[in-house]
Amino acid sequence: MLSTVIHAADAPSQMLPARELMAFTLGSHILLVPFGVALPAITLLMHHRALRRNDPVALKLARRWSAVMAVQFAIGVVTGTVLSFELGLLWPGMMGRWGDVFGLGFGIEAWAFFLEAVLIAIYLYGWRHLKPWTHFWLGVPLPLAALMGAFGIIAANSWMNTPQGFDLDASGNPVDIHVRQAIFTPMFGPEYWHFVVAMFLTAGYVVAGVYAVGWLRGRRDRYHRLGFTLPFTVAAILTPIQFMIGDATARAVFHKQPVKFAATELVWETDTHVPEYLFGRLNEDGTISGGIKIPQLDSILAGFKPSTQVTGLTSVPASDRPTAVQATIAHWAFDIMVTIGSLLILLALWYAWSWLRHRDLPRSRWFFRCAAVAGAACLITVECGWITTEVGRQPWIVYNHMRVSEAVTDTRASSLWTMFGVVVVVYIAVFGAFLLTVLKMRTRWRIADESSGGDSEPHPEDDSPYGPRGALEVEVADRASGGASGRHSGGAS
Amino acid sequence: MADLIAWVLVVAIAAYACAGGTDYGAGFWDLLAGGAERGKPVRRLIDHAMAPVWEVNNVWLIFVFIVMWTGFPTMFQAVFEAMWLPLALAAVGLVLRGAGFALRKPARRLARRRIAGVLFALASLVTPFFLGAVLGGIASGRVAVGTPASADAWANPTSVLTGLLAIASTAFLGAVFLSSDARRFGADDLVSYFRLRALLAFAAVVVLALIALPVTHGDARYVWEGLTTGWGLTMVILAALCGLATVLLLWRGSPHWSRWTAVGSVALTVGAWGMAQGPYLLPTSLTVTEAAGAAPTLNWLGIVTLIAIVLVGPALVVLYRLDTLGQLEPLTDADTRSAPAPGDDL
Repeated sequence: MLSTVIHAADAPSQMLPARELMAFTLGSHILLVPFGVALPAITLLMHHRALRRNDPVALKLARRWSAVMAVQFAIGVVTGTVLSFELGLLWPGMMGRWGDVFGLGFGIEAWAFFLEAVLIAIYLYGWRHLKPWTHFWLGVPLPLAALMGAFGIIAANSWMNTPQGFDLDASGNPVDIHVRQAIFTPMFGPEYWHFVVAMFLTAGYVVAGVYAVGWLRGRRDRYHRLGFTLPFTVAAILTPIQFMIGDATARAVFHKQPVKFAATELVWETDTHVPEYLFGRLNEDGTISGGIKIPQLDSILAGFKPSTQVTGLTSVPASDRPTAVQATIAHWAFDIMVTIGSLLILLALWYAWSWLRHRDLPRSRWFFRCAAVAGAACLITVECGWITTEVGRQPWIVYNHMRVSEAVTDTRASSLWTMFGVVVVVYIAVFGAFLLTVLKMRTRWRIADESSGGDSEPHPEDDSPYGPRGALEVEVADRASGGASGRHSGGAS
Repeated sequence: MADLIAWVLVVAIAAYACAGGTDYGAGFWDLLAGGAERGKPVRRLIDHAMAPVWEVNNVWLIFVFIVMWTGFPTMFQAVFEAMWLPLALAAVGLVLRGAGFALRKPARRLARRRIAGVLFALASLVTPFFLGAVLGGIASGRVAVGTPASADAWANPTSVLTGLLAIASTAFLGAVFLSSDARRFGADDLVSYFRLRALLAFAAVVVLALIALPVTHGDARYVWEGLTTGWGLTMVILAALCGLATVLLLWRGSPHWSRWTAVGSVALTVGAWGMAQGPYLLPTSLTVTEAAGAAPTLNWLGIVTLIAIVLVGPALVVLYRLDTLGQLEPLTDADTRSAPAPGDDL
């Protein structure tokens, strides 16, 4: 623990709260990101099916998902805006010194996000008056804008991991900036694809999980079947792909950020024939307590043969590498991510096997139990992946160029702790209210479906999904809206 | 190039002041709409008018920050260090506001709607005030590179007045837009309701501006002089004319054009401030040239801005067009087939 104590004494006192605050706000925001990036695409798939096959059940699902998207996107916008505030409020040193080197990624993100906000508004509010296919096609650029936004953010983050595209002058300030190099850094490709696939995977499993729960509770109608199958198929196809990308990403870290790799794999001394530890804890003296040791495996994974040399943590001075505690955190996050990823592959294989054999969903309740928790498991891997990246980079905010302690604000620790407290309370309230709202929506939909006898009974709307309201609904809408605005545009409320 | 990017920054701030400002204004009138029963039609109109566009309106702020840190990193650092508290409070306000607005719509219980509504409305007051106070602090020359965070930077006469002016002008914009939205949505009684409020808000803006004249004379000398001479003065006069035109148009009952003049008056005011502050980003210690980031970055930022204009511009036009044509409407319970759940009372 000694070196941890020394580091803590060196570090400005405001560093801990600044870090915690950033970790908390980013960790919360990142849970919404899969739905911002991938839910529109999944919804559009369902929407396309509805229009193509004139399928009212698919249309109902697409509409309901877009109703959820409306709330989710709004919360994501505000928590995302907070992050751009925090870059200045918490890490002014980084932005002041490096803003013009790597800030452009955010510039791309900003306009992509702009476009996304515009398109999502048109999509979410276009259901009633736009022509069906016009409405669909106006939504199609939405996933592309989301991918572009992810491009910008990951460009900025991968630059922090493998900074390049500048020279340093005598006083250590960046000069001679090459913007393209600064965007396309060595870690960019692996990080980007790993991230994008993770987002689709997570959104797919979470949405499918909702219907898996319904399935387990005995609601085995076409609505639940379709709501489960489409997103689950997307996620199941992506799972093995993600595993391979993840493996390539880990190897990119091995090559480009050897010390981070050493932290995530708990490698103390640079050596060949390095064993792999599953979990376990790194001690200050380099020994490892607990965990499962697999001889040679780490070297094999890193370079495909046992004689591969793996750089150890001790290759750099103690002050330039993660502490034992940080290394253990990064290692656990990494191992949890890999474990869950491997289990998800088994689930995907189960699904694929059943589909090939029976052209049907697996019948086992255990399959649906696993599918129901897969979404939550994916959200955990998202958190873990991010923790691995960020904690593994310590003590650097800009790898090998700027320490977190040099970037942190001068604001007093007490102010930051206060702010942290306020933000925690606000976020718990906001996320709690968000969850409650989504659950309430689900309850209302279930009640409606049960009272109308599921899908068997034709609904007045089924003939013309986009058409004018049925007379009954106008009346209901008018009663609900209280008259004042019931007059306009054909009884819309 | 640095000058051009500085103007991009001013334009982005002006766009946020107009788009975001209208939004905040709607929140302001939501706050004053009265009790749940009495304020119902007003709140319904606000919900309806804001819902499709508020997210877009708020992205301008992110754009402002990005242009700041990519184009003028030293200035970004200085502002965020010196203005720590007001910016932190504005950020918290933004969260509460967005969440309050987003969660109020799907809530079906009166109590929940009330809580969400109050958060939304109060935060609509707090956020523009602090953002305005930050601008006031910068304009009065209280922020320089290395200025530590202190109350003086934002709790001073100029800042407070700018903050109040920000609230008043958002209220003005909000009322002007809502008045024409009311006509668009066929709620005729609300047209005059918001017309009256637009006029009152305009009067408040004028009164605050008149108070600001002597107060800022000594407190924010550099910008004061910029605003009372040359191009700064020209733009102030144009802004004032736009404001007066808005009043006339409202009076004569042509709400459609009043939106353009109202936006013009706010945008011109921001432009006048940009003009008055030049060549400084932080008067009178940091010029645009001194603060500018690396030249290649600025060029790329120019390109990114151009792409943004080409891609986002038409999309934005389509959105606002569809919105004003009444083509954008939220999904109703009938669309998603939703039934009341136990405990719903709305």
